[in-house]
Amino acid sequence: MKLTVDGAQADASTGGRPLDPESPLLVMVHGAALDKTIWQLQTRYFAHRGYSVLAVDLPGHGASGGDPLPSIGGYADWLIRVLDAAGCERAHLAGHSMGGLITLEAAARHPDRVRTLTLAGGAAAMPVHPALLEAAASDAPLAYRLMTSWGYGKRSHLGGHRTPGLWMTGAALRLWERAAPGLLWNDLRACDEYGDGPAAARAVRCPTLLITGSIDIMAPPAAAEPLREGLADWEETVIPGAGHIMMIEQPDPTLDAWADFLERRGGERPPPQGKGPGGE
Amino acid sequence: MLDPKFPDFETLGVHAGHHPDSDFGAREVPIYQTASYVFRDTEHAAGLFNLERQGHIYSRISNPTVAVLEERLAALEGGVGTVATASGMAALFLGIATLMGSGGHIVSSSSLYGGANNLLSVTLPRFGITADFVHPRDTDGFREAIRPETRLVFGETLGNPGLEIMDVPAVAEIAHRAGVPLMLDNTFATPYLFRPFDWGADLVYHSITKFIGGHGLAVGGALIDGGTFDWEKSGLFPTLAEPYPSYHGLRFTEEFGTQAFIVRARVEGLRDFGAPLGPQDAFYILQGTKTLALRMRRHVENARTVARFLQGREEVAWITYPELDGHPDRERAARLLPRGCGAIMAFGLKGGREAGRRFIERLRIFSHLANVGDARSLVIHPASTTHSTMSPAQLAAAGVGEDLVRLSIGLEDPGDLTDDLAAALRASQRK
Repeated sequence: MKLTVDGAQADASTGGRPLDPESPLLVMVHGAALDKTIWQLQTRYFAHRGYSVLAVDLPGHGASGGDPLPSIGGYADWLIRVLDAAGCERAHLAGHSMGGLITLEAAARHPDRVRTLTLAGGAAAMPVHPALLEAAASDAPLAYRLMTSWGYGKRSHLGGHRTPGLWMTGAALRLWERAAPGLLWNDLRACDEYGDGPAAARAVRCPTLLITGSIDIMAPPAAAEPLREGLADWEETVIPGAGHIMMIEQPDPTLDAWADFLERRGGERPPPQGKGPGGE
Repeated sequence: MLDPKFPDFETLGVHAGHHPDSDFGAREVPIYQTASYVFRDTEHAAGLFNLERQGHIYSRISNPTVAVLEERLAALEGGVGTVATASGMAALFLGIATLMGSGGHIVSSSSLYGGANNLLSVTLPRFGITADFVHPRDTDGFREAIRPETRLVFGETLGNPGLEIMDVPAVAEIAHRAGVPLMLDNTFATPYLFRPFDWGADLVYHSITKFIGGHGLAVGGALIDGGTFDWEKSGLFPTLAEPYPSYHGLRFTEEFGTQAFIVRARVEGLRDFGAPLGPQDAFYILQGTKTLALRMRRHVENARTVARFLQGREEVAWITYPELDGHPDRERAARLLPRGCGAIMAFGLKGGREAGRRFIERLRIFSHLANVGDARSLVIHPASTTHSTMSPAQLAAAGVGEDLVRLSIGLEDPGDLTDDLAAALRASQRK
């Protein structure tokens, strides 16, 4: 689906169903130099269970036009303008990694626009290793290799995915290699410079779910401690053996935790929609 | 300087795609000999059928044993995903059918396995898909043959049986400028000797019956997606970029991004056309992946010994193996295939077809059969067997002469192989 935000095209996946103004909107925000397809194992599930889904491409990412924004706050305000463009007053927000910082900041700045917040691989701050920043500054393949290596838990480096035939690390590398020149550096710098996480957590008013990978080295469980201290209403699901990209690594536990949270805390929603063909 | 260490080729060949099973700790990949899988509940079943949940429904579409092999092959080739098929030809057809329908056009190398040639030149035209053939060394010819309706450029890493080596990076660039992908049959090279995605190819298929299995026990194929081609940007692939009536208007590029092709190949191709690999055959082929690197080194070493031996024999009229002096692709071989040019070679005997008959029938260690890439050394006369469906003009274009004998060099002692060949060469010249 294509929206117009700040005069530029904003692209989003709707999970295979058109937006329904009667359904609660669930907005998913990807991480640094990634795109909407990182949510490929979740969008269809929610879209076919009563939610309107917008897995957005941030400006300058994926199929969205415009330039990438230099700060987490800038992305957060842009996200709220996506809600405006979609004609939605209040939405459920979900963010992964940098997308977690963006949705956290959006929920803090605009508490009246956010129903619930889900942070996958979230943290209050995301300082970036200088070697990674340096590699990203020159778009060196090393940067993509580091992101892939650190993004997945060591076990996943040998695969064993639930999706038949999917090679996770290869797919992640290809996704980062598709990013526009300078994009990873822009996003990592925005993460590195973001220092408002603890204050943002204190300003959030909605129920919040933390989905944490037990062996995440990019946003280790300890990095979410200021969130736990600051958030007024939060709960957490730790996924054993998952790294930073748990939506791909362990899609079922991620989905189960998220769906259960929205079921209990998300408020009213319409009944599930019809199903498609397949199988035997 | 930080540099992440990913598991290397040999490690992936042994381990990729598999962890010990959580119920019993079985270290080997279990053979899941089952047609179907029990759902957790009705919600789970609906989620699987609508591509909302990941898992297995029915073994025509996926199977846990086969999935290990699929992941392993994607890992070895450096791709994003694999669909394993009942044979290499099924993989080729699946690749083509996922990309185009009636009206589509393929620009193909003229040096192809006879079955692939027949599919493109005889069978697919019945369904409205046509092909033009270009000699693999005629790089500009690929550009000239591309038409507005072209949807694929296709060739073999090492041509069968002439061992021509296409200038893969140059042909890939030509294909990409036209907005179409390059698919390579990498059967003869295997990813140990050549990884097409590193050189610009977008799709790869294999007959995994050959070197990847290595034992001649099981027939199978694999279609592997490099995840490199931007289907949406090309604008020529509505099957991938536009809403699909099945799955409620799913747009594969929007939802699956770099894996759009391989997801569609599975959920449409295996669902509608069938031809999956079975779990027992996948298990056999998995045994081959563990020793692929070791075996390919030995295959190449033995092939070099045999090629040099044949080159020095007076009974041999000519020989083609890309590493030999005088081979037109020698320089390209050194650039693209520095680890070696595989274990297939072709040669002609003085005395033509009759000498070839005597040669083949005198061999004792070499097996006369229609296959390559076995642990055993193999021999065949392509013009009367593997390429017999081709016309004289097609045979000439593919470089398959009446005197051509194809060898696939196995893992035996090289001295035993040259002794066997020497005896057969002598027999070939007896009147």
